[in-house]
Amino acid sequence: MKLNTQPNFTDPDAFYAALTAIHRDLDRDQSERVNARLVLLLANHIGDMEALQEALEVASNLNDSA
Amino acid sequence: MQKTYTNPVYDYIHSPDQDAVSPTHHPVVIVGAGPCGLAAGLDFALQGVSTVILDDNNTVSVGSRAICFAKRTLEIMERYGCADRMVDKGITWQLGKVFFQDDLVYEFNLLPESGHKQPAFINLQQYYFEEYLVDRVAEFSDIDLRWKSKVTEVDTNSERTRIKVVTPDGEYEMTCDYLLVADGANSKIRTMLGLESKGQVFQDRFLIADVVMKADFPTERWFWFDPPFHRNQSALLHRQADDVWRIDLQLGWDANPEEEKKEENIRPRLEAMLGKDVEFELEWASVYTFQCRKMDNFIKDRVVFMGDAAHQVSPFGARGANGGIQSVENLAWKLARIVRGEAPPALLETYNSERQHGAEENILNSTRATDFITPKNHISRVFRDETLRLAEHYHFARRLVNSGRLSLPCSYPYSPLNTDESANFNSALCAGSPPKDAPISVDGQPDWLIRHLGNHFTLLVNAESIDPAQLAALQDQKDLQLLLMSQNEVSREMGKLGTILQDAEGLISERYDLQPGRAYLFRPDQIVTARWAQLDSEQVKSAIQKALGFELETAA
Repeated sequence: MKLNTQPNFTDPDAFYAALTAIHRDLDRDQSERVNARLVLLLANHIGDMEALQEALEVASNLNDSA
Repeated sequence: MQKTYTNPVYDYIHSPDQDAVSPTHHPVVIVGAGPCGLAAGLDFALQGVSTVILDDNNTVSVGSRAICFAKRTLEIMERYGCADRMVDKGITWQLGKVFFQDDLVYEFNLLPESGHKQPAFINLQQYYFEEYLVDRVAEFSDIDLRWKSKVTEVDTNSERTRIKVVTPDGEYEMTCDYLLVADGANSKIRTMLGLESKGQVFQDRFLIADVVMKADFPTERWFWFDPPFHRNQSALLHRQADDVWRIDLQLGWDANPEEEKKEENIRPRLEAMLGKDVEFELEWASVYTFQCRKMDNFIKDRVVFMGDAAHQVSPFGARGANGGIQSVENLAWKLARIVRGEAPPALLETYNSERQHGAEENILNSTRATDFITPKNHISRVFRDETLRLAEHYHFARRLVNSGRLSLPCSYPYSPLNTDESANFNSALCAGSPPKDAPISVDGQPDWLIRHLGNHFTLLVNAESIDPAQLAALQDQKDLQLLLMSQNEVSREMGKLGTILQDAEGLISERYDLQPGRAYLFRPDQIVTARWAQLDSEQVKSAIQKALGFELETAA
């Protein structure tokens, strides 16, 4: 796998808090827009199509409880 | 409505074939005198095969349809001898603007690569494109173009095809070895033979209008997503020849085509788009739905389909006519050699396989553009809109904005006609690639590489440190011309073996990594089919045999 699914955050708790914080005062439509922007920014940062494809597959498997 | 252009009316001429006691036989008959049918006639004439072209009308395209002709098409037109008129009349552009809602999102400059004879693309109304092809066809005595000749019956088997033609003064029959069909997206001959073109109809309608502007307007391509004057839809403004501007307005699926086409309904939309103070006259308007579809096989016995009849795309990316012309070029050299008895019939199947690949590429690209322009559900719309908003400030997002990826020449890296290469070239022009032009000089005169490729196999050699015996050994090879690149004075002996050219700006060396002793073999359609680090005449001969399909037949 090209996609790194091992822990990689420099500060996981801080990231999670920041992610939820930006949504705190937003309605659903605004949140949807923010999430879309976030996906686009991060996808460009990754860039590599193979890694992105793997992420898309993992993300779209909604029944994956693992 | 149309004032800038008057359609020529071509004479119906009675053909001696009509008076023949038994049906006359022709090697190749082409149905449809549109861009692809006319191009096919020219290509066959240049490859020494005479053709009959039949068209049920007696003029060129009524109203403008295709407008954007890409470099590869112009290079093919150069080979046919009619590119200069097209480029002179057409509009060359490279600036564009993308708008989203009330804002200009970004501007672009396509800055084409220099050192090519032809521009990256021109905008030219289809009727001019066709008219210039018709004029060029008239210069060839072995193209018999018959207007007002409608094919009403087709009967084909593995040996030949028989057709019935209806004209203003009666009907007649002909037979041919091959019938080439370029009778458009709604091909009647395809239907007659019970064949289908399968794919996707987009649930959308577009109004296409050509207007004449009274005042100056910049030569730029403007594309609007969700503009204030046309909410939730898209709009495109593009300049053509004669101060005619093409306007595409997305209407949505529920629009009524007959209502939308009326001038009283078009005018307010255009005023909203161009501004109330801009004076314009409406030349022509039509409402379209777009389709992306193709036939599973472009060949049925002795009938071969080309152009929109074979493969059709939505217009975003200008891949319809440009893709069609590339199909014609792919077919003509192959079929000409089959007809001339110089290649096995199996070669024809590679027209289908190579151009299925081309059609898939075009359909993929135009479907992606259509999906960006018309998002298919709520979340796609959110991603589309945020991409556009990010594009205003972040360059990366501009790469995702898709209002059409302009047609680039198709490559055939997996073609069975290619010869595998053994050397490492620092150039992407591997076997299957379309050529890259470069400025050259021949006999001290400035010239272009592209003008020396095509109609035959062409071997481009860096003749420094070449053993003249290798070149001499190729003199008896049929259907091959030699281009010898040399920076130095060449011996008189070598000058007799091929055309001597100089790499005027070093761009051949750069684009082809053509070091001394290296060689490229181009097919008659200018596609690279082999390249070598050291020229070897025997390998060249085998590569030509392979490109002619002789190994296919052995395999079959």
